Amino acid sequence: MDQNISFTLKVWRQNGPTAEGHFDTFEMKDIPGDTSFLEMLDILNEQLIEQDKEPFVFDHDCREGICGMCSLYINGNPHGPAQGATTCQLYMRRFHDGDVITVEPWRSAAFPVIKDCMVDRSAFDKIIAAGGYTSVRTGQAQDANAILISKDHADEAMDCATCIGCGACVAACKNGSAMLFVSSKVSQFALLPQGRPEAARRAKNMIAKMEELGFGNCTNTRACEAECPKNESIANIARLNREYIKAKLAD
Amino acid sequence: MSQIDSKIPAGPLAEKWTNYKAHQKLVNPANKRKLDIIVVGTGLAGASAAASLGEMGFHVINFCIQDSPRRAHSIAAQGGINAAKNYQNDGDAVYRLFYDTIKGGDYRAREANVYRLAEVSASIIDQCVAQGVPFAREYGGMLANRSFGGVQVSRTFYAKGQTGQQLLLGAYSSLMKEVNNGTVELHTRTEVEDVVIIDGRCRGVIAKDLVSGKLERYAAHAVCLATGGYGNAYFLSTNAMGCNCTAAIQAYRKGAYFANPCFVQIHPTCIPVHGDKQSKLTLMSESLRNDGRIWVPKKLEDAKRLQRGEIKGRDIPEEDRDYYLERRYPAFGNLVPRDVASRAAKERTDHGFGVNNTGLAVFLDFSDAFQRLGRKRVDERYGNLFDMYQEITDVDPHDNPMMIFPAIHYTMGGLWVDYELQTSVKGLFALGECNFSDHGANRLGASALMQGLSDGYFVIPYTMQNYLADQITVPRFTTNLPEFEEAEKKVQAEMDRIYDIQHKQADKSKLVSVDTIHKELYKILWNQVGMARNAEGLKSALKKLKEVREQFDTCVRIPGSKEGLNVELDKAIHLRDFILMGELIAYDALERNESCGGHFREESQTEEGEAKRNDEEFMYVACWEYQKDDDTAPVLHKEPLNYEYIKVQTRNYKS
Repeated sequence: MDQNISFTLKVWRQNGPTAEGHFDTFEMKDIPGDTSFLEMLDILNEQLIEQDKEPFVFDHDCREGICGMCSLYINGNPHGPAQGATTCQLYMRRFHDGDVITVEPWRSAAFPVIKDCMVDRSAFDKIIAAGGYTSVRTGQAQDANAILISKDHADEAMDCATCIGCGACVAACKNGSAMLFVSSKVSQFALLPQGRPEAARRAKNMIAKMEELGFGNCTNTRACEAECPKNESIANIARLNREYIKAKLAD
Repeated sequence: MSQIDSKIPAGPLAEKWTNYKAHQKLVNPANKRKLDIIVVGTGLAGASAAASLGEMGFHVINFCIQDSPRRAHSIAAQGGINAAKNYQNDGDAVYRLFYDTIKGGDYRAREANVYRLAEVSASIIDQCVAQGVPFAREYGGMLANRSFGGVQVSRTFYAKGQTGQQLLLGAYSSLMKEVNNGTVELHTRTEVEDVVIIDGRCRGVIAKDLVSGKLERYAAHAVCLATGGYGNAYFLSTNAMGCNCTAAIQAYRKGAYFANPCFVQIHPTCIPVHGDKQSKLTLMSESLRNDGRIWVPKKLEDAKRLQRGEIKGRDIPEEDRDYYLERRYPAFGNLVPRDVASRAAKERTDHGFGVNNTGLAVFLDFSDAFQRLGRKRVDERYGNLFDMYQEITDVDPHDNPMMIFPAIHYTMGGLWVDYELQTSVKGLFALGECNFSDHGANRLGASALMQGLSDGYFVIPYTMQNYLADQITVPRFTTNLPEFEEAEKKVQAEMDRIYDIQHKQADKSKLVSVDTIHKELYKILWNQVGMARNAEGLKSALKKLKEVREQFDTCVRIPGSKEGLNVELDKAIHLRDFILMGELIAYDALERNESCGGHFREESQTEEGEAKRNDEEFMYVACWEYQKDDDTAPVLHKEPLNYEYIKVQTRNYKS
């Protein structure tokens, strides 16, 4: 059985994008180890509501590690100490009695704070809108088996497509670069025959949009790869660079 | 009895949709630009509809409550999507998918709608592959398939355990393409609070910007709701935290009929409830039942020792295990439909054979599969699910069988729609899980994704044109019309009322959080309107639900400001509608005195404890009409179901 733990919780409070933020400190008592991190925050919020205080605001939705909504920076790591897991998949048994747990928002110029730890990630949608698709119209597709795709390529494309768009890569990067996010999408399509016709346009347009939106450059520190909850590989970034150079050379 | 016209086209079943498409009215390209369509929601149904309508040239206004359309809860669907491709050469066909779906739904769905669904299923796979959805493939490069519950063919396409994610990202990418093309106007973190009706037609919505807290008006020639199901009425479900039925319930309040609300799906393979601080339940994909075997101990004393934690599942020898699904349903075994599997688990645990400390769990065991296929191949199929299970429970499914238990997962009921997906309010359409149309009393696994995409990609693009064809001379609406004014005022007044409850309550010690009241609702719904229902329990539930509303109306506490972002205020609005939804489920369950699909009335069962349908009295769609206020009981209308092409039988998964 999991043990109960007690710890000090410091959470970031900020009333808006331009407001000054601060930490609020709470003593959390007897939290069972099989409580998820977000359920622990639910417990905190229930306590705050009971005292007629404003609950702590954070993004969350599916709580199964797939929607990409949850986005907490815990003790200096995006999504906390667990490898290959989102914040919602983190369980309190990872922590110890007497710990100090610090919770902050994603910090990046491209992701302004909305309130507390809720940030605005609409920049990611804008990058996808710049080219993260195949331009196929509904109802025009040929039979799904008409083009064979080797299992290896399909599997690799699937690994790239697993990105949940949470933004941990940007939060982890000292440059605030979105290269892992962009390269995962570009790689998925680069590996599939359906994505090839627009490969050059896609790489150029998505990179241009990323730069326009204020994301930084990649300096190969690999922090993104280490923190990605879906274990996206920086091999994707290498592939994006190849796609981009090819596209530019063809201009 | 009022007239309910489902607008099923005439002609033979297999030609209905083709005939409809050949004869429907069209809107020419120049006119499409002048017509606005609102799509609420960006899940599979909403995103595919918004993208397709945008591509056609309509001006689309699309809303989602999350920060990005890609987060809609369709993303969490794990196992796969059905399609009658017959790539496995195992005898599959459109008719067989149609037949399986009608039978799986326990003969409570419309033949024509379901046939159309089966018919377009193959095109969905083509569409998704063209979008770059990386479905699983065989070494030869062809698409791979697996089996799901309730069928005897392999027709499920999948992308690891993340099929919903990949299909949604496909639809999302098409949507963002149209945002880029300027045909779709996207509003994120925006929730629709009401629909606006002008001269009997739905002409817009009142939406709340969840960040600024301000209400906004949007006008259009037609409105599509693709807002998902109402499973979160039960508080603990596999739905995402934000899933709610506010827009659908508001449409119901404005005159749209709500159909078959008591048909709620309880999924057999979820991680069991632990403690009372839990906020949601986690699903383990149905695909696990392909290779996992479900069992409880044969001996009650073994079960007691498991409950006390003295032994583990692996300690019980083979001969003392009761593989109860294989025992009761030899033909389908562990792959019986969800309702059957859930009830069988309840039957065993009710008799004391539960295997965890609460006595509310059964085993899902892979030891056979590890021996037969080797650990590596099993891990290739389910590795990510095993990891997820271990992270949550701290138990490695390689060492010990998984523990699972049924939980609320999906709602077959929803807004009543005709063949064109139009509700009983003109110009208001409902798509995907939000409508009731295709799954009858029980949905088969991997059919939700199929239905959402069918509605969005392949049905609404046709039927919407048919509706709008005579609207081309109607100019764009201004939101200054008195109908918008009045609707916005009412929504604002209702928000003010909810927020001010705490200030009107003299005894502050009575104030409680939204979640506290929601948990009360959960207890009533789960215990009395859950897996097994009876008349007495349902009547008592209806009485208790009134008390829950009373508590909400006098004791809900909402800290923070009424202006700006206030998560608790939004949750309170959802809860107001979940309470009404709970009542609707209970009214419908009480009225339907038969057992069918996900709805089990204890009064109506065979001697063996199987569900007993009553076709003479209940072969209809129950359509509920809202009366003057939430406290007044709704009125029932019936749409009879006619089966012309399928012989109605007792569902049999035994032989």
